[in-house]
Amino acid sequence: MALQRWFDRAAQQSESNGGGVIAGAPKAWSLTVVRDEWRQAAEHMASHDGRLLSLWASRDDKGDEVVRAAYIANPGVLVLSLPLTDVDYPGIEQWFAAANRMQRAVADLSGLRTTDSDTRPWLRHAAWPESFHPLIHVNTPPSPPVPVIDHYPFVPVEGDGVHEIPVGPVHAGIIEPGHFRFSVVGEKVLRLEERLGYVHKGIERRFGELPMLSGHRLAARVSGDSAVSFSWAYCQAMEGMAGANLPARAAWLRALALELERLANHLGDLGAIGNDAGFAFGLAQFSRLKEELLRASERALGQRYLMDFVVPGGTRTDLSSAGARGLLECIESIEAEVDTLRTIYDEHAGVRDRFVGAGVVTPALAAKLGLTGLAGRASGQAFDLRCDLPCDPYGDLTPKKTVRTEGDVAARVAVRFDEVAESTRLMQQILRRLPAGLHHAAISVPDEGALGIGMIEGWRGPTFLALEAGGGGVIRRCHPHDPSWQNWPVIEHAIIDNIVPDFPLINKSFNLSYSGHDL
Amino acid sequence: MWKTLRQIGRIGIVTEPPPASDETLRIAGALQSRILEVLGRALYIRAIDAGSCNGCELEIHALNNPLYNIESLGIRFVASPRHADLLLITGPVARNMEVALRRTYDATPDPKLVIAIGDCGCTGGIFGESYASCGRVSNVVPVDVAVPGCPPSPHQILSGILTAISKANLKPRAS
Repeated sequence: MALQRWFDRAAQQSESNGGGVIAGAPKAWSLTVVRDEWRQAAEHMASHDGRLLSLWASRDDKGDEVVRAAYIANPGVLVLSLPLTDVDYPGIEQWFAAANRMQRAVADLSGLRTTDSDTRPWLRHAAWPESFHPLIHVNTPPSPPVPVIDHYPFVPVEGDGVHEIPVGPVHAGIIEPGHFRFSVVGEKVLRLEERLGYVHKGIERRFGELPMLSGHRLAARVSGDSAVSFSWAYCQAMEGMAGANLPARAAWLRALALELERLANHLGDLGAIGNDAGFAFGLAQFSRLKEELLRASERALGQRYLMDFVVPGGTRTDLSSAGARGLLECIESIEAEVDTLRTIYDEHAGVRDRFVGAGVVTPALAAKLGLTGLAGRASGQAFDLRCDLPCDPYGDLTPKKTVRTEGDVAARVAVRFDEVAESTRLMQQILRRLPAGLHHAAISVPDEGALGIGMIEGWRGPTFLALEAGGGGVIRRCHPHDPSWQNWPVIEHAIIDNIVPDFPLINKSFNLSYSGHDL
Repeated sequence: MWKTLRQIGRIGIVTEPPPASDETLRIAGALQSRILEVLGRALYIRAIDAGSCNGCELEIHALNNPLYNIESLGIRFVASPRHADLLLITGPVARNMEVALRRTYDATPDPKLVIAIGDCGCTGGIFGESYASCGRVSNVVPVDVAVPGCPPSPHQILSGILTAISKANLKPRAS
């Protein structure tokens, strides 16, 4: 079949030709293609339920520019590399809508342009000139003496009674900045257009200034709420490239940390979504549970948020048996409390009225737009790396996948409730079965030119990271990719025909990362 | 409904006493207790994310949970800078946020206080200064108190807020 052909070719292509097995995440292959094949592969992926994981630009071993795309399909992950031989490269937006913004970001940061028609800047606002490509040019041009705001050409909506509501970048809550342009008639939203990039802080270029052995610290800060996912993805890539064997205990402790991160975020979201539906009781109860979890995490692992817990070669600290007991007690109590609260959410007529039917993304639309992760699983997209392409120790843990098909706020809440239950079950398993041994092993720096990828199912969805080693133990290129890239454009569809006052609720039910997207 | 009420009754009040203010967090010289004369105990805060990784936001959020219960101290987060006495700013300041941050600062009525939150807000942190980052908050707007940490705990943030208001000298700033 057409899809398998690409994977077969990748497996056969020699490493010196940019092909073969990729280090790091399981079942990943690399293939160097030519211009026509780039589009053909995209078409085959799209027609065989393949999904676009990420798209970014880099340089090959000779220092020539390449654009890369990572796809995930039934056999595994395929990273395609297209050496740039022309002034542009073929766009793949017609098969993968999410590629639009990734391609525009590549144009902003690396100066490589596609043949697709949307050439508006994405991450570049007015802080640096169009001619400066931060991932290519070494010297930074001087910033404008007086900071300016650029004019972004939003798509206008015209007609009787249509007006625009601009919102942001500074929002009316304790949230990250971004701009939303609503075109509305009365209260009803006809169209929403997002503009992001406000918290772009040069993460990809910064990676290039760091030694391989400390890149995990920056990875953890790509999106603070996904610190474990990103730092694990980074370490997975690097350990694969170095050929390191991760001690079993380290892998299990990482899974514990990842599930703690998932549980903390889900508890926070369940409270905040309730609050956005006018149910302040929910926020009070869930934020109390979240606080108890963070404190238990601090007592057991030394940190409320596990920013630097995952380190190359293992974990920074070990878990004592007293710590494990404390954590187990806390998780069991949270499990029971969440059961009670779920019944209250499920039976509350006012809450149901706001949740059900709000912000619907049908499974068909979700598949077409590539909705991924937690939000995808609420719209029939049954993918979870922990089940589909498990890394250690998830093969042993047999996690259950949650899927709903309604695609509304209620479904995204239900998926969170199910995943809270599953996460607490997994953590109890981990704490009872934690293998003895070392939590950390020495690791050598990968050879220059090595390529690795990391792929971890974070609480929001699949967290992807591509890492390339430079000489002298430095990072040549690191591209972190948050699933928010796939899901932000879908919110523009989810809000259509809903009323403006439901936007905070719908937006919160996705709870996407700005920082993880803006980089 | 009775389940909701029973849960409220069963959990009771879980609020804890606030921490003492911490003089070591002050960076802006000798300040007086004028905010108390001007504002009494009520303090309105506007939080601004100027480029953070969102880790600091998680801990600022925690201040509103029932254990810290910041509103019981007379402190409230408000939706507009025009209502605020104090800005809680996380960083580093992304260059793409520089104008928005300056405008938000200008929209906040004098006298006002500014607290930089987190290692990145205090020093630029791991992101530093670059083509895309202005670095620490005080590179863009004047800062009264800086609270380091990655992220700082709710106690540390609360301590920084109390330090700022307990002896603040809120003279209108010359603009």
